[in-house]
Amino acid sequence: MAAGRLRTVVSRVAQAIPVVIGVVVVTFLLTRMLPGDPAAYFAGAAADAQSIAEIRTALGLDRPLHEQFVFYVGDLLQGDLGQSISTGQPVAVELARRLPASLELTLLALLLSCAVALPLGILAATRPGSLADHACRVLVTAGVSLPTFFTGLALIYVFYYLLGWAPAPLGRLDFVYLEPPRVTGFFLIDAALIGDWQTWWGALRQIVLPAVTLALFTLAPLARMTRAAMLQALSSDFVRTARAAGLRRSTVLYTYAFRNALLPVITTLGMVFSFTLGANVLVEKVFAWPGIGSYAVDALVVSDYAAVQGFVLTMALLFVALNLLIDIAYTLIDPRIGFDG
Amino acid sequence: MALLGIRDLAVSFRTRRGTVEAVRGVSLEVGRGETLAIVGESGSGKSVTSYALMRILDAGGTIKAGEAVYGGVDLRRASEREMSDIRGREISMIFQNPRAALNPIRKVGRQLEDVLLRHGRATRQDAKARAIEAMEAVRIRDAAQRYHAYPFELSGGMCQRIVIALALACEPKLLIADEPTTGLDVTTQKAVMDLVAELIRERHLSAVLITHDLGLAAAYSDRVAVMRHGEVVERGTAEELFARPRHPYTRKLVAATPREGVGVRELLPPEVRTPPPPARPIGAPLLQVRELVRSFPGKQGSVKAVDRVSFEVCDAESVGLVGESGCGKSTTSAMIVRLLDPTSGQILFEGEDIAATPAKRFPRDPRRARLQMVFQDATDSLNPRWTARACIADPLARLGDLSGSARRDRVEELADLVGLPRELLDRFPHQLSGGQKARVGIARAVALEPKLLILDEPTAALDVSIQATVLNLLVDLKARLGMSYLFVSHDLHVVRLLCDRIVVMRAGRIVEQGPTDRVMSAPESDYTRSLLDAVPVPPAQGAEAPAPDPDTGQAQGAPPPRAAAS
Repeated sequence: MAAGRLRTVVSRVAQAIPVVIGVVVVTFLLTRMLPGDPAAYFAGAAADAQSIAEIRTALGLDRPLHEQFVFYVGDLLQGDLGQSISTGQPVAVELARRLPASLELTLLALLLSCAVALPLGILAATRPGSLADHACRVLVTAGVSLPTFFTGLALIYVFYYLLGWAPAPLGRLDFVYLEPPRVTGFFLIDAALIGDWQTWWGALRQIVLPAVTLALFTLAPLARMTRAAMLQALSSDFVRTARAAGLRRSTVLYTYAFRNALLPVITTLGMVFSFTLGANVLVEKVFAWPGIGSYAVDALVVSDYAAVQGFVLTMALLFVALNLLIDIAYTLIDPRIGFDG
Repeated sequence: MALLGIRDLAVSFRTRRGTVEAVRGVSLEVGRGETLAIVGESGSGKSVTSYALMRILDAGGTIKAGEAVYGGVDLRRASEREMSDIRGREISMIFQNPRAALNPIRKVGRQLEDVLLRHGRATRQDAKARAIEAMEAVRIRDAAQRYHAYPFELSGGMCQRIVIALALACEPKLLIADEPTTGLDVTTQKAVMDLVAELIRERHLSAVLITHDLGLAAAYSDRVAVMRHGEVVERGTAEELFARPRHPYTRKLVAATPREGVGVRELLPPEVRTPPPPARPIGAPLLQVRELVRSFPGKQGSVKAVDRVSFEVCDAESVGLVGESGCGKSTTSAMIVRLLDPTSGQILFEGEDIAATPAKRFPRDPRRARLQMVFQDATDSLNPRWTARACIADPLARLGDLSGSARRDRVEELADLVGLPRELLDRFPHQLSGGQKARVGIARAVALEPKLLILDEPTAALDVSIQATVLNLLVDLKARLGMSYLFVSHDLHVVRLLCDRIVVMRAGRIVEQGPTDRVMSAPESDYTRSLLDAVPVPPAQGAEAPAPDPDTGQAQGAPPPRAAAS
């Protein structure tokens, strides 16, 4: 049994490899198909045709496509994503700094969202038609129908401007604090690791508002799916058996119903996560969060292809990894999957 | 004093379309050590009665009136806390569809432990040992290994044993069995019921057996109560009820139960019986199956689901293909109806090898119209978003040459033919009853006037009284349309009613074939005999049946297994 599951996990990992190769190819072709000439950008407005041609040769853009691809892959294998035109920094370095910012924000938002959505969904499912159910519906509808930039601005207005509880929405850390030494890139974790609780507190104060904004938005699909999956699990035959055997309400609810309801909830969680990671640009902009989303938008605006290419590749790889993780989580929860695989 | 007394129990459900009175004033008693069977068709309120006792009604269901007293405790007024102590420890239940009744992602041993720990029958330290003991008590071999199994890894019969072990783990005094063997094979049914009966006797349990099967009720209970529309219409011992059914509904139910020595027409109430259609002489072979093999890739090499099967169906003949689940009968019929390609072998239909045409291309083959099928589950085999009319018209549109109003007329003609009221044609499947859906499925299959109709357990999901009318409809249609039948079923007693010859399959092979009477009365194979013996036989019928021959009457009245065993 355990061997069967291990085999399923290994085969899932193996299945991810062709996807990654596909992603690399598509990213490469996509950037080559974008309109505009990077060489002309590099050369600047005053350049003449000859200097543009020289730069093109220097960049390797005059070679046939397949040769360019070989160079690209070669660079990739060395971890070189090229250089950003607008900032002059290597793309890999910038992404490595900005990705943790986005991930920290998204993960905390999802954590908050799960902490509220799962109990809410369970509560609504155990008492359909009750006050809790209706309250759940109202919160969920409000969360999903208010755009994130609006929720973000409203939260800033109330908690920063009116009440003064929150710090100014200017990035990950107020300038009075020093960035903690980089281990994971997550400020909350890095600060905790060295026991610098002052910085930790400062970072937490900065992240709460954007995280709540995102959480409100992601609450809806999670709560709805939890409610629906729980309703289905609670009306299933095995829950009736468990009740007829006199098992405690908590056992029936969590060990029997919720564990089965968890499968669709995890799928939704994965979808929401990938969606949020790409879509939190607005939140990052509102809170001046130095994340990967705002980086990509800035790069697009100035046609910074290396940066865009790096962003797309990073996101795609992240999605692949995420899907892999969900598949593996599925395999661990549901014994039936290893059997089929 | 009775262990369980129910007086004037009424249960109603709040639904979107108002309140439904599911149980209306039911009074029952179960004495110590007694087994009471509650018999009724779907919607009779027999299951709801038991759920009400356990207070595990679905959302929206409430006990409106009456009382249920178990050993001095008023079950209706007991607190939820008291009830959860009673469930499993005093009263416990086993359910139909055992695989669904177990948590799919929890090891069966752990599920047993949950119950044992809950009722203080085990401690964390000895829970595993106790769980294995409980599994051994229901005669599960290699219990220590099965402890680690998930429900999907076990057979239906084995899952039901686990469910029984769950129910009996904490030594309750009253066992409620809700359709415990519906959906199981006949031999498995017998094994499971014999086990339940044995455990009941061993532990001096009282029991309530809820079933739609009169034969089962008679064989395994002391007293029977018949329910209809939420009321008990008649009660008595099984023998009394069968010999002298007083209520018209009981009479109808008894009559509709297929049993030895009764023809298909006699299943119907006398007032609606029509003379049987004239029999057509059996003609030349219509379908010849030769050395048919189908193998599927399995874990250890390929598995032969069908292994060198040969038989034939002649013109105007009905052949029954009988066997238990997994015997290959459905695979065989799927190949014959050309939904599946055989690995090797021939299927000669009207002399031509239809197996030569791949299943993929067969839907566009002109012979498709001459070879049709009625599917097992009338609900699942109809498109839920199509009206009955659209379902019946579909084959006419695809393979027929009728169009427009001619096609509409033909659909109505077909509806008349299968006895489906025309005003129901514009309804969707969920708005039709089980019997009506079965009629739609039959009308669709006969729309193109096929020569050969393959019937895959067409009545398995129907109540006995509906089954009686559908079986008679099939008999009439066969004569009217000049069809031949291949009747696939696990139930020999149903097959016997319709078929001239029977083919018995086991593990992919034919173990026996021959004329129905001979196979039923003097089976050559031990397997056929075990199939026949496994079916619980209702006691002899009294006034209703046409005076039975004293010898057979004697044979049918033989003591039921329970009585024989005690």
